[in-house]
Amino acid sequence: MLDRALKGTTGYWSWLVFLLVLIGVGAGCYLYQFSEGLRITGLSRDVSWGLYIGQLTYFVGIAAGGVMVVLPYYLHDYKAFGRITILGEFLAIAAILMCLLFVFVDLGNPVRIMNVILYPTPNSILFWDMIVLNVYLLLNIVIGWNVLAAERKGIKYQKWIKVLAYVSIPWAFTIHTVTAFLYAGLPGRHFWMSAIMAARFLSSAFCAGPALLVLLCLIVKKVSKFDPGKEQLQTLGGIIAYAMIINVFFYLLELFTAFYSQIPGHMHAFEYLFHGLDGHGQLAPWMWTATGFAVVALVLLIIPATRRKQDTLAVACVSVIIATWIDKGLGLIIGGFTPNMFETVTPYWPTTLEILITIGVLAVGFFVLTILYKVAVSIKEEASA
Amino acid sequence: MGVDRREFLKIAGYATLFGLGGSAAIDILAPGELEASTAGIPLTRGKRWAMVIDMRKCLAQQDKKACKDCMIACHREHNVPDWGDEQHAVKWIWQDEYEHVFPDHPNEFVDEGVEGRPFILMCNHCLNPPCVRVCPTQATFKRESDGIVQMDMHRCIGCRFCMAACPYGSRSFNWGDPRKAPKNLNPDYPTNKAYPERSKGVVEKCNFCTELVDKGELPACVQACDKIKVNALHFGDLANPESNVRKLLRDHYSVRRKPALGTGPNVFYII
Repeated sequence: MLDRALKGTTGYWSWLVFLLVLIGVGAGCYLYQFSEGLRITGLSRDVSWGLYIGQLTYFVGIAAGGVMVVLPYYLHDYKAFGRITILGEFLAIAAILMCLLFVFVDLGNPVRIMNVILYPTPNSILFWDMIVLNVYLLLNIVIGWNVLAAERKGIKYQKWIKVLAYVSIPWAFTIHTVTAFLYAGLPGRHFWMSAIMAARFLSSAFCAGPALLVLLCLIVKKVSKFDPGKEQLQTLGGIIAYAMIINVFFYLLELFTAFYSQIPGHMHAFEYLFHGLDGHGQLAPWMWTATGFAVVALVLLIIPATRRKQDTLAVACVSVIIATWIDKGLGLIIGGFTPNMFETVTPYWPTTLEILITIGVLAVGFFVLTILYKVAVSIKEEASA
Repeated sequence: MGVDRREFLKIAGYATLFGLGGSAAIDILAPGELEASTAGIPLTRGKRWAMVIDMRKCLAQQDKKACKDCMIACHREHNVPDWGDEQHAVKWIWQDEYEHVFPDHPNEFVDEGVEGRPFILMCNHCLNPPCVRVCPTQATFKRESDGIVQMDMHRCIGCRFCMAACPYGSRSFNWGDPRKAPKNLNPDYPTNKAYPERSKGVVEKCNFCTELVDKGELPACVQACDKIKVNALHFGDLANPESNVRKLLRDHYSVRRKPALGTGPNVFYII
């Protein structure tokens, strides 16, 4: 089936070459980081995780978000999503791949990564994160590939694939729950010490993942003869609307607890993010940008007319992605480390090298996504021809 | 006390020979200092090592000079590189202002005696260490025999989960290769071949000088403080009701950093 990826238009090949260039630049920067150490990043004693771990968190959400097409199809027998489950599963594969790479580039001693398996440690959430992410990756590869192969042959997929699909549904919830547990159980990190963290992660995943999927569907529709379908996008729009409302609601719950209790430790991170603390406010413009886009997204998603219209739905989806990315890919990690353990503020901002490595990893993800989507779409085109 | 272990044992031996008892050696060498950390010499096997820091003595010494003897001794003992950069620094024992050390004791009208004064910080060797709980490779672990929170710098993968988990900022990461640390700050690095040299990309922290404690010696910081007769650092066994540290904690009001988090710090401050 992979041979479908070898036949494409000039646009397809140019896009792949463009991604390869970004991958090359990222790999070069990574080699430099590998030899010099993480000193080349903006990380420090006090803010010891940053852009890389933020992206890990965000893309675990994107991967989990894929379940929003798989669940209605397999559990509710919502037939319309049968057309696009493969796109959700392939998006999950690319997203998990990026997650694993983001963990890898964040490690100080990546050559020792196998120590996590050689010395299995069940009390470490990172150990479980490694397990759930890898199993989810495997599930999606097996399910996606077999369903697509069956479609190519014009037959129904085997029964055991359906069993795996059922397993993959709760599994999607576990990957993001476990990722939230990385943060939510650490004493002394007030911003993360919240029981609602996992729920917040899931709600933001279930709007961001489908939002990206909608945009990808629109691109697929434009560049190929395969139409993911109007109804499919409408239903996704509804899912995104609910998930985004819940996501914003959960965020407001955090704000209430912090500011009504007036406990300084609980307010500090929010003050730092939205206003600035001790004269450090470089995240405030970002957080207000996220707020603005969240409002735009909510308005466009809640009003039926704008949600149903494809152009405005696309704008809403872009807004959802920007808002959730700033919240989770940037604010969550930096806010968690601010103020530090001595209640002072150490500013963090990624260096150019760090950003180029991040872009390199994203390019790997989108390269794999392009190949997988090309294969899937080609087979869909053949099937309908 | 300006006596090394060998000399001390010699005097203690003679004292015992003359029927005076081992403690007489302390009375001969430094009268009236039996309650000091030296009461722990020679170290027997402890079950729960702890440090009691008498900040009254430390701050009195700070009034005389900006004393950094304990930090210099520790960082020399453990080959700690100096990067000349606060945010990339590797810190085993260091100083910070009272308000930063005890941020959960905010007080608008704080005692002048401690306001903005430098307090000694190190790993708390917690009874219930969050860093150990989160480590995915058991590179950091709590030694069952004596409760010291240890660090295996040869197993650490550098994920820095422990740094996120430690509520005391006691863990340092090697952001760069220690051998590439500025030469003018580290003229003869590595200075101590006895202590393993770490690579870049691993976490490290105070180890309560396990390498010395296992030989029956006091931690380097305690030795350095005793050497200048300040005796502000007291290392001993909390499991032994008759130990120097238990006696100090019985006789003085002490505080620990962020006790509400349930980590059970084993470093105590007498203020």
